Amino acid sequence: MALLEVQNLGISFGGLRAVDDFNLKIEKGQLYGLIGPNGAGKTTVFNLLTGVYKPGMGIIKLDDQDITSKKNIEINEAGIARTFQNIRLFKELSVIDNVKVGLHNQYHYSTVTGILRLPKYKKIEKEMEEKALSLLEVFDLDKEKDTLASNLPYGKQRKLEIARALATNPKLLLLDEPAAGMNPNETKELMDTIRFVRDKFEMTILLIEHDMKLVSGICERLTVLNFGRVLCEGPTSEVLNNPEVIKAYLGE
Amino acid sequence: MKKLTLNKQTKSNLITYGIIVIAYFVIQIMIATHTMSYHMQGMLVTVCSYIILAVSLNLTVGILGELSLGHAGFMCVGAFVGASFSICMKGIITFTPLRFFLALLIGALAAGIVGILIGTPVLRLKGDYLAIVTLAFGEIIKNVINVIYMGIDKNGLHFSTKDTVSLGMEEDGIAVIKGAQGVTGMPQDSNFTIGIILILLTLYIVLHLIQSRDGRAIMSIRDNQIAAESVGIHVSKYKLLAFSISAALAGMAGVFYIHSFDNMSSSVFDYNLSISILVFVVLGGIGSIRGSIIAATVLTILPELLREILYSISKDSNVSQVITNSRMLIYSIILIVMMIFNWSPEVKEWTGKFFGKFKKNKSGKKEVA
Amino acid sequence: MKFISFLIDGINLGSVYAVIALGYTMVYGIAKMLNFAHGDVIMVGGFASFFATSAMGVNPLVSVLIAMVVCTILGIVIEELAYRPLRNAASSLAVLITAIGVSYFLQNTALLIFGSAPKQFNSVVNIPMLMLFDGRIKISGETMVTVISCIIIMVCLTLFIHKTKSGQAMLAVSEDKGAAKLMGINVNFTIGLTFAIGSGLAAIAGVLLCSTYPTLSPYTGSMPGIKAFVAAVFGGIGSIPGAFIGGLLLGIIEILSKAYISSQLSDAIVFGVLILVLMIKPTGILGKKLQEKV
Repeated sequence: MALLEVQNLGISFGGLRAVDDFNLKIEKGQLYGLIGPNGAGKTTVFNLLTGVYKPGMGIIKLDDQDITSKKNIEINEAGIARTFQNIRLFKELSVIDNVKVGLHNQYHYSTVTGILRLPKYKKIEKEMEEKALSLLEVFDLDKEKDTLASNLPYGKQRKLEIARALATNPKLLLLDEPAAGMNPNETKELMDTIRFVRDKFEMTILLIEHDMKLVSGICERLTVLNFGRVLCEGPTSEVLNNPEVIKAYLGE
Repeated sequence: MKKLTLNKQTKSNLITYGIIVIAYFVIQIMIATHTMSYHMQGMLVTVCSYIILAVSLNLTVGILGELSLGHAGFMCVGAFVGASFSICMKGIITFTPLRFFLALLIGALAAGIVGILIGTPVLRLKGDYLAIVTLAFGEIIKNVINVIYMGIDKNGLHFSTKDTVSLGMEEDGIAVIKGAQGVTGMPQDSNFTIGIILILLTLYIVLHLIQSRDGRAIMSIRDNQIAAESVGIHVSKYKLLAFSISAALAGMAGVFYIHSFDNMSSSVFDYNLSISILVFVVLGGIGSIRGSIIAATVLTILPELLREILYSISKDSNVSQVITNSRMLIYSIILIVMMIFNWSPEVKEWTGKFFGKFKKNKSGKKEVA
Repeated sequence: MKFISFLIDGINLGSVYAVIALGYTMVYGIAKMLNFAHGDVIMVGGFASFFATSAMGVNPLVSVLIAMVVCTILGIVIEELAYRPLRNAASSLAVLITAIGVSYFLQNTALLIFGSAPKQFNSVVNIPMLMLFDGRIKISGETMVTVISCIIIMVCLTLFIHKTKSGQAMLAVSEDKGAAKLMGINVNFTIGLTFAIGSGLAAIAGVLLCSTYPTLSPYTGSMPGIKAFVAAVFGGIGSIPGAFIGGLLLGIIEILSKAYISSQLSDAIVFGVLILVLMIKPTGILGKKLQEKV
């Protein structure tokens, strides 16, 4: 039983088929890569999977539950969390508060409890603080917990976005170009972190990436998109040696 | 580590409460020692109302990040509901503090409910459209109350949109709301001490809301709505929460404000009042609660103070007229200048360079290293 | 018969709204900002014409030209000083609040100069009233001039935008400022030109408004300005025919509700229309849709 199963997914924008007949199967615990040239429709696939766009056709199933056409909030509740290509942090909130927003739906107390600061408020806030700190430690961000998110250096902002996504306790984590704008050292460190996250949280991860070193280094399987369609799919080493894929990337 | 941050927040809150309490005692001393003019003493209730309004509007503008131009409308709802309650209950509840407390509560509730009714459809809109719709609702509230006649007699409440006579009341009936004339015969229950208590209550609610789980959700929507949705924040629910609490507090301020007059027409609660409150929020710093308090106080007191001083020097009544007229002109310049200084990327870069140089000179080699 | 004369009044008022809304919709469509001060530029236009005729004794028609020059310059100055620095600001709140500031600045400056007492404005129109059906229906000269100028303005604007180079540049800037710049379009000039035209139209609207409702005060422009924005939204913001249709409909709705429902509630009804439109079809009658890119 695959964790994520996508069949025949498609969407068009004003006559342009951005994604067409897209199929994907990800097993639990897999580290899966979605690659393809610029404009191939990778981010559009993410937006379809997370409910930002409504698919024109097709079925998306997470853990055997149909999540097609659900709203992005419901999809997050169903167990998909994501990061964004152009980082979308809560800039005016502190690093730890960004993670606490991610924890929002797992810890509950009422508005009145919060305003009156009843004992439950103190208890739950303490739990949230501890949980958020433990997540920040994974990404080595615990020392900057009170920094404003917008004041973090770029690489750390990307990490914080992953931490925030993980805080929602997802089954599937979608990373949209996590290494964009990072130097080789940072990328290497990021690869270790992604692997660590997979092992520690038994997470299933789907990522979009252009950095082939990262893709070949950590992804177990790949799907290649070209012009909105699946060009090929399979184990990483096979896909990367496929002449069609090389052609799509390097041109004729 | 953890205790320290909690303490930091609590400490900041305590400083804010402290400012209010100290201001209260200083003013009480000034009143007792006759160093404050009667005119200024008369301003105190107004200042307290404006502080509550500014803090509550900051919840919508600064914390939720949406511009509302109809804050006076919510104030109006609270004021008229609260005033009607007080007039109807004048003979029934004779214990004034209880009656005023209930009036405040009912006025705030009414404004909060109107906030929910308006906010539910409207908060889907963003930016410019939301601003213009809140303006529209503010004007609608004012205009509708302006044509309502309400009276009470032994049979209960009577409503009309024509005149007092068509209320068809028994002889013992009294007209409570008289259309364009507004409400008349209110008990003047407001005073400075109650104002300070209400300010503290407002701060308690707003600050604690911001620093709770709900507050973080509200601010996350302000900072990035798409990201907030992606981590499962119910955007419309939290927008409505912030908006309705803001409306309820404005309603409470309305009840408090109107109870310092004998009569008042709904035309007072117009668009200009909404803008004045917005000026307080902007000048104090969008999102800064303490800033709103200070700006509301300074911008209300300063023109009056200036007027008193200039009048006592020149004894020329034209001077006071000029100050009244230039008050809004100065406000408008403040708005424009504040916005350009705080938000223009070019100006920011320029000031950044200027102050950056300044800093470098100060800290010397540290910057280079 | 009564209904028809109300309808004519509505068309008259609606044409004034349409002229104002045309200016609004151009600025909103191209500079992507809600110019709250637009209504107060109308008031400045009214005062310019008033001052020219009463104090300088110029011909009423020349006074319209003077008003247009004054308002055009004013529009360019406002854009340059207040709005341009904020064009690339991160928050749309900033521009909106600045526009409110400019609106208040104009109102209160006028208040200091001219005082709050309303001035009697002499109509610039000198055409006799048209009598139909034995005088049972009267169409005033102001009404005819207003409706005709509104139609002329709309046609000219449409031609200007679609047939001239500057007009094409405006369309390009409204689609994508960055791309327009890369194509060699002077974005600052184009937006400045938009404000200049919009403000010039505001001057005409001001004179027409004051000719129909012959009083003038510092607050004359603010309500019609806001209502004209309602009209622009109603018709579909950014659309020139939309502004025309929206303006006419709104004017008719306002006059009819004044006549048949309640004169005190007519403003509330007009704003109710805005809310209904935004709730049901936020893009208005002829507008198009925008979506944020993720």
